[in-house]
Amino acid sequence: MTFFFEVLIAGLLSGMLYALVALGFVLIFKASGVFNFAQGAMVYFAALTFVGVGEKLLLWLGWAPGSFASFLGSLLVTLAAMVVLAILIERFMLRGLVNQPLITLFMATIGLTFFIDGLAQLVWGSNVRGLDIGIADEPVIWLLDSANMLVSKFDLTAAAIAAILVALLSLFFQYTKTGRALRAVADDHQAALSIGVPLERIWVIVWVAAGVVALVAGLIWGARNGVQYALSFTALKALPVLILGGFTSIPGAIVGGLIIGASEKLAEVYLGPYVGGGIDSWFPYIMALAFLLIRPEGLFGEKHIDRV
Amino acid sequence: MMNHAAASGAAAAQAAAAPYLVVNNVEVIYDHVILVLKGVSLEVPKGGIVALLGANGAGKSTTLKTISNLLRAERGDVTKGSVEFRGERVDQLTPNELVRRGVIQVMEGRHCFAHLTIEENLLTGAYTRNISRRELAADLERVYHYFPRLKERRKSQAGYTSGGEQQMCAIGRALMARPQLILLDEPSMGLAPQIVEEIFEIVQDLNTKEQVSFLLAEQNTMVALRYAQFGYILENGRVVMEGTAEALRENEDVKEFYLGLSGEGRKSFRDVKHYRRRKRWLA
Repeated sequence: MTFFFEVLIAGLLSGMLYALVALGFVLIFKASGVFNFAQGAMVYFAALTFVGVGEKLLLWLGWAPGSFASFLGSLLVTLAAMVVLAILIERFMLRGLVNQPLITLFMATIGLTFFIDGLAQLVWGSNVRGLDIGIADEPVIWLLDSANMLVSKFDLTAAAIAAILVALLSLFFQYTKTGRALRAVADDHQAALSIGVPLERIWVIVWVAAGVVALVAGLIWGARNGVQYALSFTALKALPVLILGGFTSIPGAIVGGLIIGASEKLAEVYLGPYVGGGIDSWFPYIMALAFLLIRPEGLFGEKHIDRV
Repeated sequence: MMNHAAASGAAAAQAAAAPYLVVNNVEVIYDHVILVLKGVSLEVPKGGIVALLGANGAGKSTTLKTISNLLRAERGDVTKGSVEFRGERVDQLTPNELVRRGVIQVMEGRHCFAHLTIEENLLTGAYTRNISRRELAADLERVYHYFPRLKERRKSQAGYTSGGEQQMCAIGRALMARPQLILLDEPSMGLAPQIVEEIFEIVQDLNTKEQVSFLLAEQNTMVALRYAQFGYILENGRVVMEGTAEALRENEDVKEFYLGLSGEGRKSFRDVKHYRRRKRWLA
């Protein structure tokens, strides 16, 4: 039984990280109705920039990677880079595509994916790097002592950070003027425009928010698996999460992430041996497919309101 | 509050002669090829209700969108003419800047934010204003005062409310921006006559009590001419007739073409001579 809970908790914690990536998609989908294919590339870009800046800080100022000064410096520079990226995307991509069909915007984000991937590698090089954010990947002692369970401290911290970020974003969307305007834009661009909501600014805000989420996700994933091109694709793990939780719901992204994380780990451990293992890479997609048949808008997705 | 109203009332009398909203010979082309407005000129006096009448595709909505500058988001271009509000050229402003100056459009087909509650819809209307929570609450109450139905449904998602409630929500949302001039596009569309009447009564109320001016695009000529003081008739992108509401109501051609009445009262379509029905003012 202890083993079961160990697997379950590990699954839930890694699910929290999926949720974090999914959140970036949800933000942009909510505000513009577009599935932002480039979210994964933004995660990669953020992680690579963070590591790259860290290296430069060591070279120029002698700040050791992993030290607080280096962490803070890299974080601020990367944040600034994400803001600039959001402004450029709005200025040169979104503004020209106002009132175009959504599929056009979607295609544009696919193009953007390759551009951002290329840009990141052009500036920082493409070799695999490690990323140290100062949290050790070791078992939590008191859990080991009291319940004899192995739970990674790193996973626990990461999940906590993700939870805080999610809570802040939910509050922002629900209770602030800007959050309300973001939801309004998601519902009806034109009407939002007609009451004086400046769409350009709203889009910049959304992409900055998605950039910040990408940065946090990039740091955690990067610290876990190394900063490499594959990061760009881990983001696709968010797809089943979104289908399960609903594309427009922040709580949906969390619950979806938790379900996917837990079920893929449990399936790997308990069903894996019967089919030779490796279940966790495709099991979430099977779940997503099944879910599409039963509840296409997801657990928490907004129902399409149709009045006749 | 009373003092304020009285003061602005006096100002209204003073400014009555001066031009308020002036649309001057505007030409609009969609998608670089489709000429929709072919030189439309009109004026709205301060504190007035002006009706813009005409059939489908006459250019009513386009005229309103030209003024509110929502046109650019629809691939429309103003190629000639000018729009002035209180003596200032406004044709190059963004909708955001226009709303800040007091001109706001309520779009055809309501366009409420379906997943937001009625109250959230209204609150979004105050986006352009930087006001305290207390002022915001007071303004909300003011809108509920004019639209008591909205207060009852304040917690429902707008998408699930009735057509009339959505129209009220759209007008109320615009009111939250504290506008001086509301461009109201087809408020009667798809609504039961009783609700239409209710909405027009509120429009009139807002006009007399809050000194909000209205430019009203309507197909429902009969109702529009009852509440407006002045009217323009648009056909094929041109103003073909203008006059006081009373004069338009009495005009024989208007009666026949838009009110479905003629000198002898109502008559069957079978009796209408074909060539006469085909007549256009500007062929």
